[in-house]
Amino acid sequence: MTTTPAQSPALRSPSPEGRGGQGVRTVDPKYLIVFLITLVLVVGEARYHILGGYQRLATTLGICLATEALLSWWLRGRVANLASAYITGISLALLIKPQANILWPFALGAFIAIASKYVLTYRGRHLWNPSNFAIALLVLIAADSVAILSHQWGNDLGTNLVIWAFGLVIAWRARVLHVTLVYVACFIFFAVLRHFIVGGPLFAELAPITGPMYQLFVFFMVTDPRTTVSTRRGRMIVVAIVALVETLIRLAGDYQLGLLRPFYVSPPILALALVGPVAMWWDLRRKAAA
Amino acid sequence: MISWRRFIVIAAFVAAIGAVVLLNAGGTASGGSASETIHLTEVAHASGIDFVHQSPTLDPKVNHIAAHIGALGACVSVADVNNDGWPDLYFTTSRFGAANALYLNQKDGTFRDVATEAGVAAVNRPGEGVSMGAVWGDYDNDGFEDLLVYKWGYPQLFHNLGNGHFEDVTAQSGLRTWMNSNGAVWLDFDRDGLLDLYITGYFRSDIDFWHLKTTRIMQSSWDFASNGGKNLLFKNMGNGHFKDVTDSLGVGSTRWTLAAASADFNDDGWPDLYLANDYGPEELYLNHEGKRFELARAGLEDDSKSGMAVALGDVYNRGEHDVFVTNISEKGFLFQGNNLRLNFLKQLGRFDEVATGVVADAGWAWGAQFGDLNNDGLLDLVVANGFISADSGRDYWYAMSKIAGAQGNIFEDAKNWPPIGSASLSGYERSRVLLNRGQAGFDDVAQEAGVTDLLDGRAVVMADLFNRGLLDVVIANEKGRALLYRNTLPLSRRERGSGGEGWVELKLVGTRSNRSAIGAEVTAEIGPGRQRQVVDGGSGFCSQNDRRLHFGLGAQRLGSVTIQWPSGTTQVLEGLKVDEVHEVKEPR
Repeated sequence: MTTTPAQSPALRSPSPEGRGGQGVRTVDPKYLIVFLITLVLVVGEARYHILGGYQRLATTLGICLATEALLSWWLRGRVANLASAYITGISLALLIKPQANILWPFALGAFIAIASKYVLTYRGRHLWNPSNFAIALLVLIAADSVAILSHQWGNDLGTNLVIWAFGLVIAWRARVLHVTLVYVACFIFFAVLRHFIVGGPLFAELAPITGPMYQLFVFFMVTDPRTTVSTRRGRMIVVAIVALVETLIRLAGDYQLGLLRPFYVSPPILALALVGPVAMWWDLRRKAAA
Repeated sequence: MISWRRFIVIAAFVAAIGAVVLLNAGGTASGGSASETIHLTEVAHASGIDFVHQSPTLDPKVNHIAAHIGALGACVSVADVNNDGWPDLYFTTSRFGAANALYLNQKDGTFRDVATEAGVAAVNRPGEGVSMGAVWGDYDNDGFEDLLVYKWGYPQLFHNLGNGHFEDVTAQSGLRTWMNSNGAVWLDFDRDGLLDLYITGYFRSDIDFWHLKTTRIMQSSWDFASNGGKNLLFKNMGNGHFKDVTDSLGVGSTRWTLAAASADFNDDGWPDLYLANDYGPEELYLNHEGKRFELARAGLEDDSKSGMAVALGDVYNRGEHDVFVTNISEKGFLFQGNNLRLNFLKQLGRFDEVATGVVADAGWAWGAQFGDLNNDGLLDLVVANGFISADSGRDYWYAMSKIAGAQGNIFEDAKNWPPIGSASLSGYERSRVLLNRGQAGFDDVAQEAGVTDLLDGRAVVMADLFNRGLLDVVIANEKGRALLYRNTLPLSRRERGSGGEGWVELKLVGTRSNRSAIGAEVTAEIGPGRQRQVVDGGSGFCSQNDRRLHFGLGAQRLGSVTIQWPSGTTQVLEGLKVDEVHEVKEPR
């Protein structure tokens, strides 16, 4: 879900003297993220058959890569680095859980995700994380056909610990650990708050973040440097706002606000889809004004 | 100024979003173009059936989700209890003190509950447990169908004395083992002519729902749980005693089995076991000559869902047992989809999952059965749906989604579950009547057929209750009244003969095989196809169809009918007269 991290100042490959890599020649962080999403895919498929069929992966990956290559060449005259499209393709294959055996959500979702980078732009930057945009769109306008990964992950502590361990290290290397940690801290804070507001077991409020969708969310989606603001402090504020909006959506679910039902099927993803582009737009506008 | 290149990209982007909208709308449209061909009329009350299921009351420790845990037990099974040639019905309820019902067919379109005088009513008692279903089978081959009631508690075996009364023979049968069971099937796994018994476990057997020692009773995973109750296989020793042979035969799955069905799926002459497991993949145990079962790799292990029922039917008249397993679909939250698995075991060593559209998405689906409701020669499908219909303005799906993705050790403990309160959970869903159009697929014709109830369906059975050559449908509903859908295919069409809704029914009587003929495989040549059915020892979800097999013929010619008896005897019948019930005795 992370998009072209190499182009981001926040994710420029660290120099040997840079933070997080003192004295050591390091791998470009974008490839660490490629490694992490591949790890999630391999572990999830090997242990839990999380894909639900290789044709799904082939569809999203193939269309994401082809669309990225074609559109970057068509509009910018050169084929872009495909790492971002690879990450988006795998993310969509993992997250989209459609009705029966239909493939079109994967195909159209993949195209819409990548195309959104070239269409929904402001001052040359795309506003949405591509997979976040595609999934939010599918959930909102195709709810009769598409759900999102909720539990097909074995609910197994050991597997999740491996993903979290790798994820935290790689987020640190990619210099987005602060985003992940602030989100997690805010989630926990708001979970406790919801527990007191709504009642019910505390663990029920904390439980979602132990699930698979959140792994993908906190390590790949909310940390996407291309679709968040330019300053470290700003990113932390934005991610806190995402957590806040997520909590509002969750409270809407608890209090059964029917109008918001399409949102509370996947609160974090839709919260990011709402907050992310506004923050990005504001940041770009502010920088332009300066 | 937008460049023309960028304009093309924007146009493609918008078109893709438009395509999503269109395809989403198209995917939810139901068929429903075949309203003329299935007609069902709900006549339960008019037929004297006023049975209302009651859910169990559980230990107060799980009060906050009792509506979820205890939403089971409305079941129905069919048998000709008194050998009068007319199918009778047994319904279970699940509250202490509430009575199960045995409705004897009065042969005039009505039924009469005789459970109390027969001695099969008062089975829901503190210390003994509550009913979760029942299956009929003549375990002692005395010519009368006996009754096994499986429970959350001790199962009970009732011997049919043949005089309208039953004797509880559980104590001497060796079956008095506490289980939290939601399914059982009779089968003769070793083909010794005696019916054996496979009882499935759902919750662990050390759980007493009225005296809970712990709240750590739930599944450890939503898709790969194996901490459920252990399924048990009991071999009939022939003296009224059953012996637990589970471990030596290798069929002790602990995967939260909700339903099982038995048939010879791979044509090796031995009855296999197909399991629908909640929170896990389906399982096919292939029988190796009655000596052991082997968990097959048949394309089932990759697909983990929430199996609720196993219905067997030869969907395309290929002479194979295809399998329909119900699952859960809920808009936005979860699309597991029902599975329609075509049997290619002999050719490819696996089943192929082909469910789409109305077959795949029926809501929170429970019981299901195949049967030719319009006598056109193709097996149609009835699916009961809906889990908890309570306050329609409150929905538990969001609350449940909080824990559904969590670590297993969180939701394994019931106390961590959000309280369900008065909320519904996939409530008020309608049953589906899916008309088989052959290669054109299935159409949902429930509305047009007259099936409009929104009760929380659990068990479905089909039987020619009124000996008219038409399959009727009975649905047992959780916390609701039982429904009897009388098949009202217009007589004018049948009498005219031009419509060609011919039929033939077979009542098999075993001699060398078990007398109920459970497990007998019948293949009828219908026109260019061959339709295969098996005498039912329990299938669907907590249900059992009539032992009589019904074949619709349409306008097609009935060719030879081949019976593969459990004993191994093959019998071929030629020139069977259509529009008749034939009693066929196994050659000695």
